[in-house]
Amino acid sequence: MLYTQKIVLRFSKKTWDKPIVYRLAKDYNLIFNILKASVFPKQESLMVLELSGTEENYHRGIEYLMSKGITVEPIEHDIERDEAVCIHCGACTAVCPTGALSIHRETMEVSFCTEMCVGCELCIKACPVRAMKASF
Amino acid sequence: MGAKKVQKSYEEINERIRKGEAVVVTAEEIIDIVEEKGVVEAAREVDVVTTGTFAPMCSSGAFLNFGHTSPKIKAHRVWLNNVPAYAGLAAVDIYIGATEPAKDDPLNKVYPGSFDYGGGHLIHDLVAGKEVELVVEGYGTHCYPNKLVQMRVTLDDFVDAFLFNPRNAYQNYNCAINLSDKVIYTYMGTLKPQGGNVNYCSAGQLSPLLNDPYYRTIGVGTKIFLGGGEGFVVWSGTQHNPHVPRGANGVVKGPAGTIAVVGDLKGMKPEWLRGGSIQGYGPTMIVGIGIPIPILDEEMARFTAVKDEEIYTQIVDYGVDYPQGVNKSYGEVSYKELKSGQIILNGKEIPTVPLSSYLKAKEIASILKEWIQDGWFTLGVPQKTLPI
Repeated sequence: MLYTQKIVLRFSKKTWDKPIVYRLAKDYNLIFNILKASVFPKQESLMVLELSGTEENYHRGIEYLMSKGITVEPIEHDIERDEAVCIHCGACTAVCPTGALSIHRETMEVSFCTEMCVGCELCIKACPVRAMKASF
Repeated sequence: MGAKKVQKSYEEINERIRKGEAVVVTAEEIIDIVEEKGVVEAAREVDVVTTGTFAPMCSSGAFLNFGHTSPKIKAHRVWLNNVPAYAGLAAVDIYIGATEPAKDDPLNKVYPGSFDYGGGHLIHDLVAGKEVELVVEGYGTHCYPNKLVQMRVTLDDFVDAFLFNPRNAYQNYNCAINLSDKVIYTYMGTLKPQGGNVNYCSAGQLSPLLNDPYYRTIGVGTKIFLGGGEGFVVWSGTQHNPHVPRGANGVVKGPAGTIAVVGDLKGMKPEWLRGGSIQGYGPTMIVGIGIPIPILDEEMARFTAVKDEEIYTQIVDYGVDYPQGVNKSYGEVSYKELKSGQIILNGKEIPTVPLSSYLKAKEIASILKEWIQDGWFTLGVPQKTLPI
């Protein structure tokens, strides 16, 4: 069974230029999908990755990343909704690609399912009251 | 309609409100009551139906009087937290509009612009009790020699502050689709290409003017819930147009009636006046409005019992038609269909996206119901109804 996780990688000034995605694919047989990358020469950089493979290979891949001094964080904590700010209008559901933001039809309440969120951040600017926040 | 079986006056209803005896229900609750008991019995039982809406309403703003300084100044250019206000009035009177972006906003230079702060946010901050920066430039006169005033102020520091919105609570509105080949960012939200989504903005069966389709009870002097405080309808709103095609139930099938409203900003609540940023379009204000509708007779019971499936609107293309001023409908859909999450257009399922918060509209109708039940919020008798 395919094991899939979305993770945030942070590179230091020393690790920004390592070809880690290539290694993950070649040495650990992981399918990668780069959801976001902001990598700049000799600067602290960031990449959001979706990785799929066997669970064993996934964990070996993560160990490899950490051995290279790359910080690995799960993505679920990274997009948050400020419940006090949200007005439940539904504007965000226009742009959410995964249905993580959806409307409960009985009450017309907008719900946010963090497990379904891929961290694309489209909702952040689509929300008129700025209830969605990224904590990178 | 022949002779009315039930007839109630504003005075009778207000007397019952004052005594705490009035029967008040929301525009959702009246639907079941009428279904169960019929319009005549419902009209006998129910005195007032409360409505509500909470959505971006761009034609909104506030008149502020910041008081005379020493030495005095005649405001020529004014900024509040960097948001320009209009000063072409008497010396210290200004008007701040909801969609005015901050002076240094990059607008759409980096497309689509995010418009993080504007007039709507400023009004919200004032109502929330926050301190804001007021900068006033004058050109100097004998009576008003001062040329520059800079101070930190809160809402309490203003001599007068009242919301004056020239067009709110649209009676129905287009639903927007994008038939072009690229994503567009409109005041109706983000629209994906080739009809990827359809956006709508109305509280439907809870919306004030949809519950009184011929404006029998809404006019100059109608007392309303405005931004969490008490407000009034003071005129028909700009672009008020009663001559829109109507269904057999009298309900308009597109944008029609509007109201101009006023209310003391100092009595409002920040949660019901929210600054909004519409990506690629501009800042705005999300305004909460609730209107009580007196059930004067069985006709008003029938009107207020209108349901989402009986309210229709037009699908309008914002990709090409709307910006070019082409008035064309790609079909008619009911709010029941829109609220279901998808509509079918030319055999294709299209997801629907609301911009108006039904949840909050419901809350407003409930708050207004409580105010009336508590006996302090009586009905304003319209001195002149909206043009029909």
